[in-house]
Amino acid sequence: MLKILKYSFYDLMRSRWSYVYFLFYLLLGFVLLFLNNDLSKAVITLMNVIIVLVPLIGTIFGVMYFYNSREFIELLLAQPLKRSSIFLGQFFGVATSLTLSLMLGLGIPFVLYGLFKSDAIWNFSLLLVTGSFLTFIFTGLAFNIALSNENKIKGFGYAVLLWLFLAVIYDGLFLLSLIIFEEYPLDTFSLAAAMANPIDLSRTLILLKLDISALLGYTGAVFKQFFGTNSGLIISFGLLLLWAILPIWSLSYKSRRKDF
Amino acid sequence: MNIRGLFILFFCTITGSGLWAKTIEVCYSCEVASVKEAIAMASDYDTVLVKKGTYKEYNLVIDKPMTLLGKGYPVIDGEDKGEIITITSDGVTVDGLFIINVGTSYTSDYAAIRVIKSKNFLIQNVVLEKLFFGIYLEKSQHGKVYNNKIVGDAVEEFNSGNGIQLWYCQYVDIDGNIVQHVRDGIYLEFSDNINISNNRSSDNVRYGLHFMFSNNDTYQNNVFENNGAGVAVMFSKEIKMIDNIFRKNWGPTSYGLLLKEINDAEIRGNTFEDNTTGITVEGTNRVRYEKNDFINNGWALKVRGACYGNIVINNNFLYNSFDVSYNSKLNDNVFDQNFWSSYTGYDLDKNGIGDVPYRPVKLFSYIVNRTPETIIMLRSLFMDIIDFSEKVSPVFTPDKLIDANPLMKKL
Amino acid sequence: MIGITDLHKKYGKNKVLTGVDLDITNGGIYAILGPNGSGKTTLIKSVLGMVIPDAGDISVFDSSIKGKWKYRKEINYLPQIANFPNNLSVKELIQMIIDLRQKPSEEEQLISLLELEPFLDKKLSTLSGGTKQKVNIVMAFMFDSPLMILDEPTTGLDPASLIQLKELIQKEKSKGKTLLITSHIMQFVEEVADEIVYLLEGNIYFQGSIKELKEKTKEKDFEHAIAAIANYKTHA
Repeated sequence: MLKILKYSFYDLMRSRWSYVYFLFYLLLGFVLLFLNNDLSKAVITLMNVIIVLVPLIGTIFGVMYFYNSREFIELLLAQPLKRSSIFLGQFFGVATSLTLSLMLGLGIPFVLYGLFKSDAIWNFSLLLVTGSFLTFIFTGLAFNIALSNENKIKGFGYAVLLWLFLAVIYDGLFLLSLIIFEEYPLDTFSLAAAMANPIDLSRTLILLKLDISALLGYTGAVFKQFFGTNSGLIISFGLLLLWAILPIWSLSYKSRRKDF
Repeated sequence: MNIRGLFILFFCTITGSGLWAKTIEVCYSCEVASVKEAIAMASDYDTVLVKKGTYKEYNLVIDKPMTLLGKGYPVIDGEDKGEIITITSDGVTVDGLFIINVGTSYTSDYAAIRVIKSKNFLIQNVVLEKLFFGIYLEKSQHGKVYNNKIVGDAVEEFNSGNGIQLWYCQYVDIDGNIVQHVRDGIYLEFSDNINISNNRSSDNVRYGLHFMFSNNDTYQNNVFENNGAGVAVMFSKEIKMIDNIFRKNWGPTSYGLLLKEINDAEIRGNTFEDNTTGITVEGTNRVRYEKNDFINNGWALKVRGACYGNIVINNNFLYNSFDVSYNSKLNDNVFDQNFWSSYTGYDLDKNGIGDVPYRPVKLFSYIVNRTPETIIMLRSLFMDIIDFSEKVSPVFTPDKLIDANPLMKKL
Repeated sequence: MIGITDLHKKYGKNKVLTGVDLDITNGGIYAILGPNGSGKTTLIKSVLGMVIPDAGDISVFDSSIKGKWKYRKEINYLPQIANFPNNLSVKELIQMIIDLRQKPSEEEQLISLLELEPFLDKKLSTLSGGTKQKVNIVMAFMFDSPLMILDEPTTGLDPASLIQLKELIQKEKSKGKTLLITSHIMQFVEEVADEIVYLLEGNIYFQGSIKELKEKTKEKDFEHAIAAIANYKTHA
């Protein structure tokens, strides 16, 4: 698997798209810092951007890469290689290169603006960790979609829909259900619903860091337990990890049953 | 009068004897081994000098102008039996004592030091521990409470007392005190013209500082941290709140500052940082908020109805989850020339003022007011979209509530 | 060498293989023929483990291939469509395959034979179809394996290269190897094949030498014989 990872990583490092993403993040970082001129504020704005954009990029790039590397995969399938290691190698190659683009693209401008001397460094690290998790999760989901759909247009459609659903529609339905059932105790439900969506989950992690003052304004005991102690952080990270593992597991399961 | 009196006392103390003032020493091996006895022996303007040691005494009544001075922090241990020092005369100074174990009672408010109907008192450098009420001033005037340290062990509101309490007092200076772990750090009821400066009130069960029916008071340069709630100002007029720091007041009913039924107050140069709510206002009129910093609060300013003619000007609102929340559609308050970190407008004419007005009340804060659980949707893209549409055409939030001149740079 | 028993495969409702039995024990060149959509490629890919059969068993080198992958070390495969990762150069691609297989290879000889030297540093995306096919051939022939599977090896080749391909095939055959070849060029098949495996509607319709085929169909020309056998069923 490591060999495949190496080659698909090399392959990606030469691809135009990796640089496009790298430059995009670089530009985003510099523009935000230029506009805000304040590290803390730029980090906050960035968090809002990251939790929406990283999943989108991960999904699109994952699907695109998978379809583009079909021939490569077929070439590899005829080689004495285990199937799951081919797909996992490819997946990790894509996810790692995207994560690298994210980390370097955002890291460079922030370091140049004096990140290491600022208190924003923890928020920024959390941002990068969350961003990396989201990259892995959504690249994984994209690979699953691409693997199940031979038709590229369909695959792209499903992938974009998935992103749209998790990034926007899910929250709309979530909010609607909270308002409709507002007479009932909802704190367990709302926490569960937030945990069930990786984007909301990452958002929760960011809230824990940025908006803890506001979160503690709510009286529910479950909320209090979750946000007031370390358990919130631990549970969120645990679930995020689970969310990252799930698509990988499904990928290796599906790949074993797939015809080429 | 006051200063002259002090000077005379001081003079008498260092000369050791005077024509009409002497010093009575109290220690284990002295002629007088009891503080109570020494006080009884003292004449007007005498000094009772208590030397290092532990004195198990309570109900010490000082009924004449005199000085009770500790040397090397002698301990007066009340053994939980009741009140420890009661001052009923003008011109009394208490200095340098370590008082512990004030009795707790549900029927009378025992204090470590109580001043009753007296003038020109000075209480300074006193350390109070294991107390019920700390320094209790009633119907007294022209006194000073300086540099005392009060550390309680309060856990619940109902069986704890306040650190420094003023009841029907006037012209008292409270300066440089540290108050921790009591019910209210400093509590004022029917007390006017009080000056509270440079104190540090933290980890108290209820409020760091609490005003009830008190007018024309000033508090400045104080730090209120991690209290049940920072400062509560209720049913009072003409209070000046200047250069204070309100920090880390966390919890569902917690806030940096609570204003309830307040008129004509001035809130200037304060810092509200990391509070669940920076300021909660209810029924306030003509309050001026100027040059304050609101940093990283859940809600910077929460307005709950019936507030008229308030002015919010030249403040910094930095990284608060919500800047301003209203629970009604009406607005008669002015927001002008503040810096809002979440302002996204532009300044084409480069005059330092954003060209589009800022709307500090988001639809989301209205939704959270209604359904608190929705707080978990904070920073969701969906919420941003809704907020944006509300910004474009306000339906639920007060449409006239705008800062027409938002600043581009932090003050 | 290859034993296939009762192999079934369908894609959705489309039954591609319906109970194929095939035994290849000796070395030689086996041409797998059949009309379009008769399941040639599916059969080949099943042997390679790229297609997972619905039912039936395949054994290569006397052991079942189900869930295995190491046996592919002894198979050289030339895929039908020569598409490669576009960002790699020819050299890198060949190096990569060598690195992945960890076997001695004789790529240099083949590269000079097929005159690929000028293309070695070019990206694969810039190559013509014929050149890509040459690269494909290099990668299929550079390892010494007892079993070779060539899916439409002649695609896009110029006559000179075609001759070289035939020579390569004969050379491998002379080493006693087994070669499975599919092709639509009957002339090529007639030249190289020792045995014909004719697939029709998901089953093996004929298996035998060219001579036997001609006898059976009573046609003198190979191409006609193949055409005839396809019609046989409908008339019979």
